Amino acid sequence: MSQALLHVSGVTKRFGGFTALNDVSLQLAPGERLGLIGPNGSGKSTLVNCLSGTLVNDAGSVEFDGHKLDGLPPHKRAYLGLARSFQLPRPFGSMSVRDNMRIPLMYTAAVRAGHQRSEKEIRERTDELLRMVSLSDKADARPVDLTQVDMRKLELARAMAAEPKLLIADEAMAGLSNAEVDDILKLLMTLNSKGISIIMIEHIMKAVMAFSQRLVVLVSGTKIADGVPAEVIRNDDVVRAYLGQ
Amino acid sequence: MTSVAKASIEPRAKGDPVGNGVFAALTLAVAVLFYAVIAVIGSEYLYFAGYVVLQFVVLATAWNILGGYCGYVNFGSAAFFAMGAYTTICITTIASEYAKSAVGAAIGAVPPGVLVVLMVVLAGIISGLVGLGMGYLTLRLRGVFFSIATLALSVVLQTLVVNWDFVGGSRGAYVIRPNEFPLLPGGFIAYLFVLMLLLVVVALCVSRGIERSRLGFGFAAIRDDEMAAEAAGVPTLRLKLIATTISGALMGMAGAPFPYYIGYLQPQSAFGLEYAVNAIAMPMVGGTQSWIGPLVGAVLLGSFQQWATVTISSVLNLLIVGLLLIFFVIVAPNGITGFFRDLIYRRRRSGGGSGS
Amino acid sequence: MLELYLNAIVSGLLLGGFYAAVTLGIAIAFGMLDVVNIAHPAFVILGSYVAYICNIKLGLDPVLVGLLALPVFYVLGQAIYQVSYLSFERRGSDSLRGLAFFFGLLFVTEVLLILVFGVDYRYVEAWYIGPTLRIGFIDLPWRMLVPCVLSILLFLLLQLFLSRTYTGRAIAAVSQDPTALRLLSIDPVRIKRIGFGLSIATAALAGAFLIIIQPVEPSVGREYIGRIFAICVLGGMGSLPGTLIGAMLLGVVESLTTTFFGPSWAPAVGFGFLLATLAFKPSGLLGR
Repeated sequence: MSQALLHVSGVTKRFGGFTALNDVSLQLAPGERLGLIGPNGSGKSTLVNCLSGTLVNDAGSVEFDGHKLDGLPPHKRAYLGLARSFQLPRPFGSMSVRDNMRIPLMYTAAVRAGHQRSEKEIRERTDELLRMVSLSDKADARPVDLTQVDMRKLELARAMAAEPKLLIADEAMAGLSNAEVDDILKLLMTLNSKGISIIMIEHIMKAVMAFSQRLVVLVSGTKIADGVPAEVIRNDDVVRAYLGQ
Repeated sequence: MTSVAKASIEPRAKGDPVGNGVFAALTLAVAVLFYAVIAVIGSEYLYFAGYVVLQFVVLATAWNILGGYCGYVNFGSAAFFAMGAYTTICITTIASEYAKSAVGAAIGAVPPGVLVVLMVVLAGIISGLVGLGMGYLTLRLRGVFFSIATLALSVVLQTLVVNWDFVGGSRGAYVIRPNEFPLLPGGFIAYLFVLMLLLVVVALCVSRGIERSRLGFGFAAIRDDEMAAEAAGVPTLRLKLIATTISGALMGMAGAPFPYYIGYLQPQSAFGLEYAVNAIAMPMVGGTQSWIGPLVGAVLLGSFQQWATVTISSVLNLLIVGLLLIFFVIVAPNGITGFFRDLIYRRRRSGGGSGS
Repeated sequence: MLELYLNAIVSGLLLGGFYAAVTLGIAIAFGMLDVVNIAHPAFVILGSYVAYICNIKLGLDPVLVGLLALPVFYVLGQAIYQVSYLSFERRGSDSLRGLAFFFGLLFVTEVLLILVFGVDYRYVEAWYIGPTLRIGFIDLPWRMLVPCVLSILLFLLLQLFLSRTYTGRAIAAVSQDPTALRLLSIDPVRIKRIGFGLSIATAALAGAFLIIIQPVEPSVGREYIGRIFAICVLGGMGSLPGTLIGAMLLGVVESLTTTFFGPSWAPAVGFGFLLATLAFKPSGLLGR
């Protein structure tokens, strides 16, 4: 247990009288691919926000790579190697695709490496990342001119530019066609093969099942299942939560 | 061929074609040239009118560092400007009221030309610190709260000044402007003009330096999407505080020589709403995303107002500035320079179009 | 001394009632609709001048004028929201532009009023301006009492509307949960337009109250910016009871300040309140 990369214990988050997350605990091993599923409003995004520091949890604690994350603002968590993509892509609208990559390169990646890259190195690294997500030919476009799938790729490439140990991909495939879903899935598998742990939050079951080594199910803010995907989806509680409503 | 076209779309991506040192030298050269032209004409009116326009260039540039780069609207430009002006009043009053004390005598012994420069520095420090304090109290909340707080700041500082008899209260205070200045033809007003011209050079260098630096990219990320900026590792609170401090300091510096310029400073003129409006309208008209926008806006609107105040009424000219602000915000939200930048970008994309 | 205290507190409460009317529009626009209308004080002043014109030229009672002007201001508000929506919200542009737009409106309205009416103070005439109701040693000037009572009445009516009617509840919920509204097939833009119309309509009455309480010149509105946002934030952004309490509180503190330190310090109180609230209790008085 001590070598877990991410250690979430008893995280609770309330909004007024509404409990969005209720005593959620989970662990993630280095290099693991975890699928996080649950119906709408089950607290998946709240959990992501509590992990990345956008929201402050009311109780419980999060430990990442040996560091306590509690009370740290999002950018400090990014410096430790925790990256996320947003459910609705949030590109830097006034910048070109290339300059979008600069922000994590100049901030998180620089802090993680302990030094700033030169202009030449930034350019090379950007090219490399854009090639990986096949956005090279759109490097000088502005985000408004990107298609939905390209926007998702930019979102992932920007998260990857931070050179993270853990990537949380929050519904990176929502609204995409089948071929595009496969595209993103392949991309995530490639990242994982480089040793990056990935938590995938997803509604598209086919993708989740293909991707995950382990599956966690949230229902109304409570974790109801955690285990091997094939077993989890046969679990009675899970079936009831998904089909019974 | 395509790579050349693409590189020129985004000049920043290929590094900095003009270094900060070169830019400073160029700006200084232009400033000297500008001064030379005015000095050759030698009209006192040009010094007075030019001073006001230059002062607006500094204010607009300062506002834009926070407003345009970071997207945080400061409605209190007048307050920061007045803080600078009243720093000078405060110090000169100490010199005249306590002329017999050591401090008063020491200040009195400093020649006015040197004293103004010291005031500019002191005003920069004070208003920078106030900016930092305001930011510290309100910037952790949503951006609008910062804006609202700055809006109220003017009212409060004005209340303080009006109630503070030492700096003249509601009556106002005199500062004696010497007529002569030993080194320059044109007297002390020419010296003030040169001083403001140098402040313009400083403001433009700071503004452009930031825009092309890591700090500038961080600011732009905050403006575009603060949550995404945080997630990408931008320490947003710290950067916003840096921006409010620099912006506030520059505004205060612009205000410090003002009492010498006007001779008799009243609270209404130091806290005039036209400063707050112009500081916003000028960058909005010129374009907020680059250092050159506020310069263009301030030169256009500033010169227009200098002309309009004499030819039309001064109230009517303020109305025009207000209407221009509304017009640009609705119709050309990226200002004049932004409009052309977008035009070039669209042209390149549809013309060069091989990329997509 | 006790008399002085009590009179200061009572006149503070009366003042607070009036402040509540001025803040009402902001509580709706900023608190419920999330439209940062910093130009609201300018519309209040506009209301004052409408009351002034009709009072001087036609001899109408200022409160009556305020009531008659309600529909006109309502339409004006709807039009302004439409412009703001089409130019900023729909384009999804940053709040910078919206703020600059309303700031421009604030400024242009003020300058227009200066052009038309000049910078002289204007006032209205009515039976309740001048006489004072005395209960024991407590002074209740009618010119303060009338606006205060009417403000509270206005509050009750709006509170009923917002909590009991379908449209009212939609207005109160629109910025919290636009998706829920869409699911109920309510158009959030239409709701916001109605809400903003209401918000500006209240300025017609608040403006009439203002010119009853004190003579008005175009730049008076600026003093209210700090006050109304202080009250709005203090009241918990968009809670009408909270707004009323916040307004009374500010009124009393200002009145005490005026009594003991002099009226020239009063404008700073609102700002002090605002800054303290933002710094220490941004969720407002009634917040958690």
